[in-house]
Amino acid sequence: MTVRKNQATLTADEKRRFVAAVVELKRNGRYDAFVTTHNAFILGDTDNGERTGHRSPSFLPWHRRYLLDFESALQSVDASVALPYWDWSTDRSARSSLWAPDFLGGTGRSRDGQVMDGPFAASSGNWPINVRVDGRTFLRRQLGANVRELPTPAEVESVLSTVIYDMPPWNSASDGFRNHLEGWRGVNLHNRVHVWVGGQMATGVSPNDPVFWLHHAYIDKLWAQWQRRHPGSGYLPTAGTPDVVDLDETMKPWNDVRPADLLDHTAHYTFDTD
Amino acid sequence: MPTLTRRRALTAAAALTAAAAAHTGTAAAAPAGHRHHGSPEPFDEVYKGRRIQGRPASGGGHHHGTGYAVLVDGVELHVMQNADGSWISIVSHYAPVPTPHAAARAAVEELQGAALLPFPAN
Repeated sequence: MTVRKNQATLTADEKRRFVAAVVELKRNGRYDAFVTTHNAFILGDTDNGERTGHRSPSFLPWHRRYLLDFESALQSVDASVALPYWDWSTDRSARSSLWAPDFLGGTGRSRDGQVMDGPFAASSGNWPINVRVDGRTFLRRQLGANVRELPTPAEVESVLSTVIYDMPPWNSASDGFRNHLEGWRGVNLHNRVHVWVGGQMATGVSPNDPVFWLHHAYIDKLWAQWQRRHPGSGYLPTAGTPDVVDLDETMKPWNDVRPADLLDHTAHYTFDTD
Repeated sequence: MPTLTRRRALTAAAALTAAAAAHTGTAAAAPAGHRHHGSPEPFDEVYKGRRIQGRPASGGGHHHGTGYAVLVDGVELHVMQNADGSWISIVSHYAPVPTPHAAARAAVEELQGAALLPFPAN
């Protein structure tokens, strides 16, 4: 059984194996297909039209399935690897071990945002940015430059205390847990972390930065924590909602999986805190 | 920050001519009344050495009902309007700003002089 661990607790060997598996997916071309899929949904999901991956109730089950696909790809390279998560409310500094050269590497240099150390620096030759929206082919970051602070534990707690999963109009204007976690309203958790990292993470091709997976693995964990906190609250809406994935409707691009199939993460993995 | 060279200006102008022709073609085929009420005002300026433009647009299938197109040096920047009226672009997707003009300026800052790639080819 896959156990997803806090990135801060990984051993040197676990970090090395995770990085090697990610780099191998990049080398064989499978990694970039994930970036392409994400960007297609970013472009296609709209508040007043069809919306599946973002700004909609299915933001959470969509990303849960997307991460499962990525984790499965990693495990096809090295069966011992699981996705770690980044609790950015605790490891909230650019000096965190997450950003050390033996793991993800650090922030970009000031001139052009280019990441200069770690396994994903352009100079390693292992990490070309192929799926991109501009001419730059190197990984970029500006940790903390575009927004000063990552969300605090108190801000996370305020969102976890929200009882209702999601609410009409089921988009970026919604009240409820999903949209406050996603960040279009309120204290802003998920969106703000993308902005804090900067570089490709702030764009539609955000999975170009491997921290994408660790960020979303923590968002996914917060969904699981919310479910434990509110056992009487379920996924909404349950039926008949135009442009929105109801509980028992299948999701693109898979077309064979419903939010109802993804509510229980323990069918696929557990967390180190479970 | 790069300055607007004559070469770059000419390249941008050529791209704009092509883009304008394309828009004329699609506009003729689009249903009347597609344009949203309260569409933001057009803009056209050189910001930090880059020409940024915004204007109402119709048809073409790239505007997701925003009815508005933004260009950076003649290359279309994918923008989207949120339900609360704020705007985002593909290079600044998680940080809403009040207007498409602000989204264009944010894109110039983010690009740091790099060329935008046309979508959906990118």
